[in-house]
Amino acid sequence: MAGIPHDHYEPKTGAEKWLHTRLPIVGLIYDTLMIPTPKNLNWMWIWGIVLAFCLALQIATGIVLVMHYTPHVDMAFASVEHIMRNVNGGHMIRYMHGNGASLFFIAVYLHIFRGLYYGSYKSPREVTWIIGMIIYLLMMGTAFMGYVLPWGQMSFWGATVITGLFGAIPFIGEPIQTWLLGGPAVGNPTLNRFFSLHYLLPFVIAGLVIVHIWAFHHTGNNNPTGVEVRRTSKAEAEKDTLPFWPYFVIKDLYALAIVLLVFFAIVGFMPNYLGHPDNYIEANPLATPAHIVPEWYFLPFYAILRAFDSEVWLVQLVSFLTAGIVDAKFFGVVAMFGAIAVMAVVPWLDTSNVRSGRYRPMFKLWFLILCIDFMVLMWVGAMPAEGIYPYIALIGATYWFAYFLVILPLLGLIEKPMPQPDTIEDDFNDHYGKAEKSAASPAE
Amino acid sequence: MFKKLSLASVTAFGLATGAFAAGGTAHVHDVDFSYEGLFGAYDQMQLQRGLKVYTEVCAACHGLKFVPIRSLGEPGGPGFSPDEVRAFAAQYVTVYDAALEEDRAAKPTDNFPAVTGAEAPDLSLMAKARAGYHGPYGSGINQFIKGMGGPEYIYTLLVSYKDAPSCAPEGFDGYYNEAFTSGGYPDECKDEDGNHKYPGSWIGMAPPLSDGLVEFDDGHSSDLHHAAEDVTAFLMWTAEPKMMARKQAGLTAVIFLSLLATLLYLTNKSLWAPIKKAAKKTD
Amino acid sequence: MSHADDHEGTRRDFLYYATAGAGAVTAGAAVWPLVNQMNPSADVRALSTLTEAVELEQGQQIRLFWQGKPVFVRRRNAREVELSVDVENSELLDQNARNMNMPEADATNENRSFGENDEYVLFMGVCTHLGCVPVGAGQGDYGGWFCPCHGSHYDLAGRIRKGPAPENLHIPEFTYENGLLTLIRQYKA
Repeated sequence: MAGIPHDHYEPKTGAEKWLHTRLPIVGLIYDTLMIPTPKNLNWMWIWGIVLAFCLALQIATGIVLVMHYTPHVDMAFASVEHIMRNVNGGHMIRYMHGNGASLFFIAVYLHIFRGLYYGSYKSPREVTWIIGMIIYLLMMGTAFMGYVLPWGQMSFWGATVITGLFGAIPFIGEPIQTWLLGGPAVGNPTLNRFFSLHYLLPFVIAGLVIVHIWAFHHTGNNNPTGVEVRRTSKAEAEKDTLPFWPYFVIKDLYALAIVLLVFFAIVGFMPNYLGHPDNYIEANPLATPAHIVPEWYFLPFYAILRAFDSEVWLVQLVSFLTAGIVDAKFFGVVAMFGAIAVMAVVPWLDTSNVRSGRYRPMFKLWFLILCIDFMVLMWVGAMPAEGIYPYIALIGATYWFAYFLVILPLLGLIEKPMPQPDTIEDDFNDHYGKAEKSAASPAE
Repeated sequence: MFKKLSLASVTAFGLATGAFAAGGTAHVHDVDFSYEGLFGAYDQMQLQRGLKVYTEVCAACHGLKFVPIRSLGEPGGPGFSPDEVRAFAAQYVTVYDAALEEDRAAKPTDNFPAVTGAEAPDLSLMAKARAGYHGPYGSGINQFIKGMGGPEYIYTLLVSYKDAPSCAPEGFDGYYNEAFTSGGYPDECKDEDGNHKYPGSWIGMAPPLSDGLVEFDDGHSSDLHHAAEDVTAFLMWTAEPKMMARKQAGLTAVIFLSLLATLLYLTNKSLWAPIKKAAKKTD
Repeated sequence: MSHADDHEGTRRDFLYYATAGAGAVTAGAAVWPLVNQMNPSADVRALSTLTEAVELEQGQQIRLFWQGKPVFVRRRNAREVELSVDVENSELLDQNARNMNMPEADATNENRSFGENDEYVLFMGVCTHLGCVPVGAGQGDYGGWFCPCHGSHYDLAGRIRKGPAPENLHIPEFTYENGLLTLIRQYKA
């Protein structure tokens, strides 16, 4: 890989040379595994491996479930029960797939917020960031369509509500919605195409993951200091880095084992905790459940969608200026997708020269509020849209946009950053040297 | 036939209440079921008693269409022998055979029938399709500690039939139940602001259980509360027949991953030790 | 290298091997359910037994559908039984009865029939060559069953007499009591 100087694969035996001149695949694997990695990565850098594992888990369990599932409105729900009752170990496989989606999103949110804090999106890693955002969008689409497949009440009404978002687009909304559904309402054509796409998209995601990894292997990993690895010589680079194998592989596997321990405790002892009871009722187009609540990982953006109702003056203003073309419903849809869009363009909104939030005293505070804001939005998204909740959602949604569109651009101009270490090596030695002094371990 | 007999005790449904919302705000009794907890297991005798309640009472109106009769003999369930399952199917269950185009005695390979006559929901998954616990304030803490509370909700519903408050007009559709929140409610029992003066609402289902309605073969008490507990445990089993296998798999995985995590922790520590040692020396 | 270093090195090696071993076992344990789910599910296994009331007239034949395959049951008349008895075992292409109820028995008429005067025959309607369904009885050079796919001729006891099929038509495990026929398939656990 370009960038950080390091040893490359040298074929030694005749067979290795023969293969290498025809297909340098061993070299590719070697370079990928031995990539010089900043040695000061902390525990927030484990989520990438957890995510890769989640993708593999979902594809493996998903392919297995497809062997027993029937994508037809009359049989889908019963075929899921067939999996739960008759298929060998089917109940565990399905619970792993369902809860696997939740693990996937926990990991991706921690991964994204890690990137937001340590400035992993900043030059020269913008492309890595953008591809990551596309993966995140595809994940949401895949999860949404997968949730429809069991054909429970939440599946059906979730699909009805979310596809209804597209109907809000002025002029072309209704044809688009009909095109998505394959008919006037959610029905068998919808279930069939969602099944097809739910199977397809994970492989698209897998392809993008390879590009994502390729991109950051080209630029080199970011690290908690945001200071780049020294690249003038191999000797210098080696002071800042360690090869990915075995140092980070083992570290990541250790973290993965802990994460899976919690995961299997949930699958084994409370597999329906993150689900909704209504989805154990077969879909009924004639009766809507009392509260339609999306899965937890959509809640922050669902809250933003609902925050902008027709009583918000901004909505009224926009509606007036566009002669009613942009109504409250469409405004909400734009706000929801906009909330993700502002996150995607954050490399160009953040004006600070300092990459890592660790050396940005003011940023730290605003970022902490953003994290809390995200949690509040998630919580308020699950509450009924009445009483005080819409106001909380509106405040939360406003802060979300203000953080990306106002605070980040301004902070770079007014903030006085703290001194950064010269090199990663300094940071690493400083950390473990200090740990030695403060711990004063008698064993050493 | 038991079905015909029990029809006498459970009257037809006059009221189709439409949406059956999960849970509600009513107080849900916390029943200490044997299958709760890390090592909790279904009580075989209780499941057998619950099956009897279902067969003699509930089956008149409610189906169990996703439950294969043979699963009565599968591990982790009521624990019938294959012969007992065959005898039960032949004696108590009648299914419609599409090939013969007529009803016939069930075989173990059949599912329990779906009852289509009454406006009553299928009970196969009822214990997972309802939630007894919520919040507080949408936090999910109650569900985390006590579980989803589906069985507790069913139990509470079964024991919460009360005499209708005096404000209700004579002949108001349904039966007053303190735990059922999504049924009909007479205007006479609302105050000026439209608030309900009494908890619960009017449910279409007549009180299905009463003291001593079902006689248990093992001599266990069959008063209302015990019969309700037993049939609730049975419905949890029909909804989650693999619970024992699932807990066992979960426990095995957790134990094994603890071991693997410990080994990986030690390996990681040993791997990084020289690197960290070198960092200390430079200080 | 000092003795202490050596000792520590051994301990470290042991730790690495133990970790790799535990990792391999975990991976194996994770793969097994993904393989096992393709084995017949509980509902399929439950259908492994078929019980039918079977009372036939002489010369009558029925076809049952069991385990995704046809099963032929025929009650032969006296002449058909006679034709089947009058065959020396040494004349047969396959001298094994292929009867799950009596493994390793000779392919005599007696060993391949049941019921009153050995009139009943029962076997899978699956040609032992490549799995087509033979037609009959009264077809082929031996008046029994004939497989149109590649021209295998079976006699009136379902024994292969001519053509590419290597074995007699298979007889599954079954019981026949008081006119009640029960076909049994044992799944390996």
